[in-house]
Order: sequence, then C-alpha cells, then structure tokens
Amino acid sequence: MNRAVETAEGHEHAEGQQHPVAIYLWIWALLFVFSTFSYLVDYFHFHGYLRWSLIILFMLVKAGFIVAIFMHMAWERLALKFAILIPPLVLLVLIGLMAIEGDYTFLTRLAAFLR
Amino acid sequence: MSENALTHGESTPALASLRGATADSALASARESTSAPEGLPGVVSDWSDDKQAFRVPWGKAMMWIFLLSDTFIFTCFLTSYMNVRISTTVPWPNPSEVFALNIGNAHIPLILIAIMTMVLITSSGTMAMAVNFGYRRHRTKTTALMLMTAGFGATFVGMQAFEWTKLITEGVRPWGNPWGAAQFGSCFFMITGFHGLHVSAGVIYLAVVARRVWTGFYDRKGTYETVEITGLYWHFVDLVWVFIFAFFYLW
Repeated sequence: MNRAVETAEGHEHAEGQQHPVAIYLWIWALLFVFSTFSYLVDYFHFHGYLRWSLIILFMLVKAGFIVAIFMHMAWERLALKFAILIPPLVLLVLIGLMAIEGDYTFLTRLAAFLR
Repeated sequence: MSENALTHGESTPALASLRGATADSALASARESTSAPEGLPGVVSDWSDDKQAFRVPWGKAMMWIFLLSDTFIFTCFLTSYMNVRISTTVPWPNPSEVFALNIGNAHIPLILIAIMTMVLITSSGTMAMAVNFGYRRHRTKTTALMLMTAGFGATFVGMQAFEWTKLITEGVRPWGNPWGAAQFGSCFFMITGFHGLHVSAGVIYLAVVARRVWTGFYDRKGTYETVEITGLYWHFVDLVWVFIFAFFYLW
C-alpha cells in the first residue's frame, strides 16, 4: 500500500514528503519574527530608501521561506524549480517597463496640467 | 537498487514504461523515485523525457502551474497599482492612517492588518503540520489541523470584510475617497477583493478535503498527496498576502 516504502531510494518523492515537524515550526517562528520586523518598519516611521529596501527585504525573506519550506520547493527537482520560479523573475521586466511608463505619465501630467 | 523495468534491460525510461504498463502504479512510483541525474543534467534529462517532464504526482505539477498563472494575475494587479500610484499627481492616501484603529485611547496604525498577517501565517503553520500528519496517516490530527487552517482563513476574511465596511462607511469608493488620489479605492478593492476571494475558495477547498480525510477517503485511495496539494494552494494565498501587505499597506 505504501509504494514509497518499497521503491524509494535517496530522496523520497512519490509519497511521504516527510521532514521533521521541527523544521516547519522553526520557519513558522521566523515568519512571525520577520512579519513583526515588517510592521516595525512602519511603526518606527522609517522613510525613504531605508523604508522601501527593508520592506522589500523582509518581504522576500518571508516569501522565500514560504515557497522553499512550506511549499517544499527546496526539495523539489531543479526542472520544477526552474519551471515555476523563472517566469515570475521574467515578470520583473514587465514591472520595470510599467515603472518607466508611470514616470513618463507623471511627468507628462505635470507638464500638461500645471500651468 | 530498487528493481524496475530499467534493470530488466530496457534502454530508455519510455520503453521501460511500455514494458511495465500492466504494473504501472508500482512503476510510476519507481520512476518517480528511482535515481535520476540531479542539477542541470537533471533538468535536461527531465525536460527531454518522452513521457513525463515533472517527476512529481500529476496533481502537484498541475497545482504548481495553476499557482504560476495566479501569480501572473496578482502581478498584473500589483503592477498596475504601482503604475497608477507612480503617475498620480494627487498624493496617495497614507495607509498607516487609513488602516489605523482606535482601541481604547490608543491610536494604533495598521494594527488590524498586522493581526490579519499573523492569522494567515498561523494558518500556514497549521497547514504545514496537517500535511506532515497526513503523510503519517493520522486522520484525526490531519482533519483537525485542516479545519483549524480553514477557521483561520475564515477569520481573515471576516477581518477583511470589517476593513471593507469601515472604509466604505468612511467614503472610499472605486472612483474616489476623502484622503487622496482617486485610484486608491479601486486598487484596494480589486487587490484585496481578489485575494479575499482566493482565501474564501481555499476555506471551502480545505473543508472538502478535511472531510475526505476524516472519512478515510485517502487511506482507501492510498495516498495523502491531495492534502499536500491543498497545502500548496493555501501557502500561495499566504504568499500573495505577504506581497500585498508589503506593497499596499506598508509602502
């Protein structure tokens, strides 16, 4: 009935992605810690580039933990990692283009409407 | 070394699969867990396989691909929010103030959002534990943890609904608000609305699967993979919130 027991070798995949519960509890605790840090960035009124870089840093750390550990990606095969993680990276191009476009729109509005 | 069709002299996994078609379930898991190249050679080997690229259960691969498409959708929403916020000549409302609550005498910025974040992270924790117990076939614990996860999700949606009610009462509309750029409302309702919809759907999904766990459906099926796949969806919902929290509420 438990096929993985009969056939699994090395890293188990077919069934039973069992890692010790402890690792999930540790990451869970770290997620609380980093969420608190994120909140404190606002609570302590950080501003400007420090604010934004901390917000993004904590966001990426938390996202990384969730994807890698909770969603098990750290233990998946590289083919799956690439297939899922590379397309969102490509989205950064879209984000960059839209940021440039937004700036252009803003400057155009200033030029056209502020007389 | 585990015995499979390859050890019986077939030259490729495809032929091996054909040969062993009648004993396919054992071979399928043999194939999934038989040693295969790792790293970049493994990528080449996986993608050039003539039967199956991803060496995971079908449901898991499909859920990941669905989550990828959902990532595109939320990225579109957040990117257009960014674009609109960059280009507005009217100042954007200050989220710390918009989402502050007066509790007793204290004026606390973003407190409800902080609580909502903690609720969702807790729900991800209970979900991860549910998956773990599911693979150990503890039906009671798995069901209980999945229902706890669903409960936290429902709590989150309730708090979001409270937030919406409060803002609507204060005059926020998709086309305007009392505090700043008119686009704030439409961004807020679209982004949090889509996210809340995903959480709600997840609560139902969790309840359905939890009930199946309870009735022993997955013991009869032979695998608790579905619990893990449900977990993937739920962690994604938490993941999207991490981005919304950072870009909409904190920024």
